[in-house]
Parts: sequence; structure tokens; C-alpha cells
Amino acid sequence: MDVLRTDGITMQFGGVRAVSDLKLNIQEGEIVALIGPNGAGKTTVFNMVTGVYKPTSGNIFYTKETGKEVNITGKKPSDIAKLGIARTFQNIRLFKDLTVYENVLIAKHLHLKSDFLSATLHLPWYMKEENNDKKEVEELLKSVNLWDIREEKSSSLPYGQQRRLEIVRALATSPKVLLLDEPAAGMNPNETEDLTGFIKEIHDKFKLTVFMIEHHMDLVMDISDCIYVLDFGENIAKGTPDEIQSNDRVIQAYLGVDEDA
Amino acid sequence: MEIFQTIANMTGAALAQHVANGISLGSLYALIAIGYTMVYGILLMINFAHGDIVMMACYFAYFGIAVFNLPWYITVVVTVVLTALLGALIERTAYRPLRDAPKNSVLISAIGASFLLENLANYLFSGRPKRFPRIPILEQNVSLGSVQIQVISFVIPVVTILGLLILLHIVNHTKTGMAMRAVSKDYEIARVMGINIDNVISATFMIGSALAAVGAFMWGVKYPGITPMMGVMPGLKCFIAAVIGGIGNIKGAVLGGFILGMGEIMIVAFFPQLSGYRDAFAFIVLIVILFYKPTGLMGEKLMEKV
Amino acid sequence: MAKKQKLILTILLLIVLFALSWVVNIAMDSYVRRIINLCLIYAIIGLSMNVTNGFTGQFALGQAGFMALGAYVVGVFTVPVKLRASVFYAVPMNPLIANIQLPVWAALIGGGILAAFVAFLIGAPVLRLKGDYLAIATLGFSEIIRIVITNASSFTNGALGIKDIPTLNDTRYIFVATAITFIFISLLINSSYGRAFKAIREDEIAAEAMGIDLYKHKCLAFMISAFFAGIGGGLYAMLLGTVDPKNFLFTLTYNFLLIIVLGGMGSITGSMLGAIVVTAGLEYLRVFDEPLELFGVNIPLFRPGFRMVIFSILLMICVLFWRHGIMGTKEFTWDGAREFVKHPLRMFHRKGVA
Repeated sequence: MDVLRTDGITMQFGGVRAVSDLKLNIQEGEIVALIGPNGAGKTTVFNMVTGVYKPTSGNIFYTKETGKEVNITGKKPSDIAKLGIARTFQNIRLFKDLTVYENVLIAKHLHLKSDFLSATLHLPWYMKEENNDKKEVEELLKSVNLWDIREEKSSSLPYGQQRRLEIVRALATSPKVLLLDEPAAGMNPNETEDLTGFIKEIHDKFKLTVFMIEHHMDLVMDISDCIYVLDFGENIAKGTPDEIQSNDRVIQAYLGVDEDA
Repeated sequence: MEIFQTIANMTGAALAQHVANGISLGSLYALIAIGYTMVYGILLMINFAHGDIVMMACYFAYFGIAVFNLPWYITVVVTVVLTALLGALIERTAYRPLRDAPKNSVLISAIGASFLLENLANYLFSGRPKRFPRIPILEQNVSLGSVQIQVISFVIPVVTILGLLILLHIVNHTKTGMAMRAVSKDYEIARVMGINIDNVISATFMIGSALAAVGAFMWGVKYPGITPMMGVMPGLKCFIAAVIGGIGNIKGAVLGGFILGMGEIMIVAFFPQLSGYRDAFAFIVLIVILFYKPTGLMGEKLMEKV
Repeated sequence: MAKKQKLILTILLLIVLFALSWVVNIAMDSYVRRIINLCLIYAIIGLSMNVTNGFTGQFALGQAGFMALGAYVVGVFTVPVKLRASVFYAVPMNPLIANIQLPVWAALIGGGILAAFVAFLIGAPVLRLKGDYLAIATLGFSEIIRIVITNASSFTNGALGIKDIPTLNDTRYIFVATAITFIFISLLINSSYGRAFKAIREDEIAAEAMGIDLYKHKCLAFMISAFFAGIGGGLYAMLLGTVDPKNFLFTLTYNFLLIIVLGGMGSITGSMLGAIVVTAGLEYLRVFDEPLELFGVNIPLFRPGFRMVIFSILLMICVLFWRHGIMGTKEFTWDGAREFVKHPLRMFHRKGVA
């Protein structure tokens, strides 16, 4: 079953077509990669799926926990997050002045049922929710080895830890679908390998569907069930890692075409 | 409808008078708005003190004529020079140290600078209104048929257009202008390309303040009561004019200035019962514009990179 | 220190302060009392401004307008009915409200609610703006409120203002109001909603991606801020006994701006300190407005207006050289206080880094 699908979405910025007529079918539980040269429109796809941009045309559908499919095209980012799609950003966007713990605890806010006044007055039903959230955050942080540095300011962490924290923060919203925008950007091979393991681990543990943009081909080929290739906004190929590796158009897009040949 | 009654009762002469007033006020707003738009284009900040620079310029002119007995045309030159220096001084002391600080700090500093100028003027020149010196040649009336219009009402739009043309020439055809455009397009790249950012910014403040000084002088002739707080409302309105036109766009600022000036005068003319709300007009236009066209009438579309 | 201990200490401190306010009320003359009360009222408004500007990161400058709403609700509805004809001597009071007189507490809360409601209305167009645009738009609305008040003479007595408002120069009551505001805002900031506010301050796009509805939360912060500004305005009206549209020029907002900048944007205890320093400071700076003779020579600098020059220079110095203010985004904590008592010098070592 498709947890996330699009029926040919297009994004036009003035005269530029950043993405044209992209059809995605992402099955529940898969790890799907979106690859392509720089400027191919990958992040634009993420921005459409998460509601930052409204597609110029086309629709995006998401299947809820209940099995009901809903059209999420042009919904507010916060509403999409509430439905169960969480994301990270290409250029890490942590809450810089806040601690690791606060960063993750904030991600619990979207499921809060207590209204503003009961929260402010710390009424019992709010305290129950709050304590529950805190317990969950504690478990989560312990399971990813960030518990010991929970009081550190998030901007003071080393780069690799910041990337990891951003993923953990997204996880704390209890998503069904996790969108990772270049999670391994700027990492060395060792760190990339760690990250690969980490993504696999959370994918299995939280029964996630992972949709990621990535340039590190080792990582992509290692863990993806399905790969979409984007070039100048066009989807030029789709398939398993093996199929993609032997696809001529993909090789051309990455290496350039020799016009004389 | 009451409004049609008002218009029907209005003689041609009165209407011409209102239009002339609208053009004058619009031109003055335009001259001051240019200063806001230029600074915003380059530093992405509201120079809150710009309105108070206008006020200081009025006092400079007052002292030049009334105290030092300079002829008015020399006073204009002196005022323009002093005001340009004041603008550069404010930039140097209040904004430059915060070049890399968070935007809110710069904003607070700008508010502080404005507040300081007001209090300084209040302390030095006293809070009591002063009468801007009379300049008979500019204040005499010219008869156009049955309409009496002051010379200054003709001078203001002419000077404004002249100032605009000179400014556009500087921006489009001189090296300084090219540097200004480069800095406003991409601050970092311009810096890397070896443009002396500090000089460009100083030049921007000086040009903006000089135009404000010209505007201030004519303002004084047209509306002669000068007080330490006189720059506040025009300042806010001219910033709004710049936003309406599309901030960063010089022609847009002029357009915005005319829209506000005309609108204000016409409200008072056609809806006398609303004249108490005259100052609210600009803010309402601002909200409407920001709601429907946040980049202003002539502004470029900006998008935050995610 | 254990949580319980800290709570007990906090309660003890509040009791001591309340007792102190009692003493102030009996022992001090009305001039000193007035300054202390003004400190407390400014603290309420400083705290309210910190909710939007410090915690939610939205640079709003509408405090004077919201204060005016609160002050006028108190002014209009608490002047005794029999005195109204003499107050509204130019334009008679609108018959709709001419006979409605509210108890002080009801008018005070009503003023806060009106301010919050107006904030809600203003919020829709204004809160989509950022940075300077938001600043200018809120400032504009603050002026519009004032202009409307000036023109709606049959409700507000227009430019003449309202006099004969029952005065309240009683430190005990004002202290309680300040304490409630302080506790409410502290609790708010330490709740899930407060954390959401901070997330918006740190990064709007990330906050939205984490499921925080930007508009809803900004509007909430704006309304709470307006509510307490309205309460503060009402108390201010009662402290003065009169209100006048000129009291609420947008330059009044600059006082609170200085309070939160000096105290530290995003620090509740900082706002309290800021309010005390600024209000008391403004009062003490009055010496600069008086003529001064040193060794028989009249120092010419000292004359009316000098105080405000110094005040604005201090604001500039504070922004330019001491951007994080007294507290930064930190708070006074009992642990911190214990540290300070044990190693008074270490504080300054750490400060050097920030």
C-alpha cells in the first residue's frame, strides 16, 4: 500500500520549472531515496510534500494510520507534521539556543491535548501529559545515546551530533513517514557508515517509511528499496539500486553527455 | 451620498487647491521615503532615525536663517551638508558597530538613535514650537485664474523630480551607484569582490540624508511649525510609503509617497468628518498592502530558502 | 537542591516581599510609594512585552496601545456616575455607557480582555509580518488605537482625557497583581506552550515542521502580551487618577523596550530587574533636570530635558555594548544564587565568555 503518493506534481517558480510532473509511489515501510545532480529539484519535492510550497499543479496523497487516504496538497506544514510526516533540513535547523533535551521535548507539543490555560496553570491532566512526554523523550534520548549530553546547547554539539539530533527531534513527533534531506552531507566515510546503521536501526525500530535525499551513493545503494532519479526537475528513472546503477540516462545525467558520441 | 454632495459643493478652485496640496505633500513624502528605501535596500533595516534627521535639518535651517542671518539659498546648502554628515555620523556610531549583530539589536539601536535625537533636540532647542523663518519669495501667491497657489507648491514637485533624476543618475551611472546596487543585491558577494562596504553604506546614508534635508527645508516653508517631535509621524509615513512602493525600489518610494500624500489630503478634503483619522490612513494602507502584496507595488518577490 | 525546597524558598520569598509591600505602604510617603508602584506596574508591562519579543521572538511595539485600552476601560467605567457630567463636560457621555459603573477589579480585567481581543483582531494581518515590518505595523496600530480614542469623544472624552478616576496608590494590591503576572508568565514559559514559543523564536520553519502552528501560537503570545499590558495600563490609570491620549504615545513603548533589553530579552527575572532599574533610574535621573550649582558655579548642562538625553544615551550604550543585558536569556535560580553566595567571583569569569 502507498503511504505517500503524488499524481504528477509540478512546481513552477516564475519561468523556472523546478519539478515537473513527478509521480511518486512510496510504499509503507520502504526506504526510498531521491537522488540527482545539484539543482535537480530534490529539496523542492520535500518542500511540497511537507507543505512549505504548494505545488503549481498536481496532488499529494497520504494514507493515515486508519488506512484512509487524504489529500495533503497545500496543507499547512504544521498540519502535515501532525498527520505523521516529519522532516529534517539540508542546512541543519535546530533550535540553536535551546538544549538537546528541549529540542526534542518541543517535538512532543504537536500531540498535546491540554488547552493553553490548563497547560499554563499546570493542571493535573496537563501534568500527566507532560510527564508522559518527558518519559518518552528520556527513553528516546537514551536509546540514541544523547541522554548524557541533554543539557548541552544544541548549537554547541559537533556537526555529526547535530545531524543526529535533528533526526531524533523529527522522530519525537512519532511520524509514520520520515523525510531526511541529505542526512550525510559533510560527513566522512566513517560517519556516513554510522549514519547508515542509525537510519536502518530507527527504520526497523519505529516501523518507519523513510524518504531521503542523499548524495552519498554508498549509503543510498546500501539501504534503499527504491530510488527516484531527478534531473532538471524531471524524473528520469525509478527502480531498485541495481536497476538504477545500470541505467544509461542516470549515468548520462551524472557524468554528462558526450555530444559527439 | 454625502461624498458626492461634498464634491458637488466644491468649487473648481478649491479642488485645484487640494490637488496642489496633495502633490506637495506627496513630493515631500517621496523625498524622505527615498532615504528609507535606500538604506533598507542595502542594510535590510529601518533607519528609524530618518524622520528625526528631517527634524534636525529643519532646526539647522532655522538656525541658519533666524540666528546666523544667512541668506536662505546658502542655508539650503549648509543644511544639506550638515544633515548628510549627521546621517553618516548616526550610521557610524549606532549601526556600524552592530553590523554582524542579530537584526533585533540593530532595530533597537535604530529606535534608540531616533529617541536620542528627539530628546537631544528637546533639550537643546526646547520643546516649544519654533516658527520656520519666512522666505517671502517662496511663500508669495501666484494666481492661476481664480486659484491662488503658493510658489512653494510649484517648487516642491519640481525639486523632487530633479532630486529623483540626479539620484537615479548616481545610482545607475556612477561607480558609487554601481557599488550600491551590488551591495543591495548581495552583501556578502559584494564584500568578497573587494567593494568597500563601509564607504558604500556611508555614501547611502549621506545621499538619503541630503535628500531628506532638501525635503525638510521645503517642509519648513510649507508647514512652518517645527518641534522636536515633528519628524516622527512623517518618518513613519514615509517608511510606509517606501513599503507600499516596494522597499529597496527608489521609484517605488516616490510612487508610495505620492499615494500617501494625495490620499491624506483627499481624505481631509472629501471626508472632513474623518480628518481626525488622517494619521491613521497611512497605517491602514500599509496593512492592506502588506496583506495583498507584501513586496509592495513595485517590489521584487523574495523567498526564504528552506 | 530538591524541587520541593526551591518551591518553598520561592513561596517564602513571595511572602517576605508581600510583607515588605505592606511595610512600604505604611512607612513610606506617597512619593516613594508612587515610584515603587510604578516599578511594579512597569514590571507587569515589561513582562508582557517579553512574552512576544523575548520568548516568541516577534518584535512587536504595540504595548502603549494595549495599555491605553486597559487604562481607558478603567477610566470610562470606574469614574463615579455622579461625577461623569463634570468630567465629560464638552461632549456628554454616550447614553449607552453613561450609567454603567464597574467595580475596579472588573474594569481592570475587562481592560485586559479588551486589549487581548483587539490583539486577536490585529493579529490576523500583522502576525504574518516579520522583523521591522512587524515592528512598524504594531507601532502603527498602537497609534491608531490612540487616534481612535482621541476621536471617540462620547466614550473617551477625546483629547481632554478622563479625570476623577478612583486612585490606587496602594503597594499591596499592585504587588499582588505583579506577583500574579510573574507567576502566570513563569508557568506559561515553563509549559509546553512556552517551549513552542521559544521554538518559534529560534527557527520558524523548523518549528512549523515540528507541527507547531505558527499563526495560532504567535496570536496566543500576542494576546497574552496584550492582556497583561492592558492590566498594566489599567493600574497605571489608577495610579495617576487621570488618563489622556497623550499618555500613551508610542514613545511610551520605548520604556518597556529598554526594560526588556536591559533585563535580558527572554528572561522573566531579567524583566523584573530591568523594570526596577529603569523606573527607579528615570526617577533618580531627575536630578539632571534640576539646576545644579557646584562651588558656586551654575553648571549649564543641567536643565529640563537633560534627563531624557541621558536616558536615551544609556539605552544606546546598553544596545551597543551590552546586548544581552543583565540576564541574557538566563533566569535567576536558587541553584545559581547558592553558587553565587559560595563563589561570588566565578559569575564574572563566566560572563566574560558570553
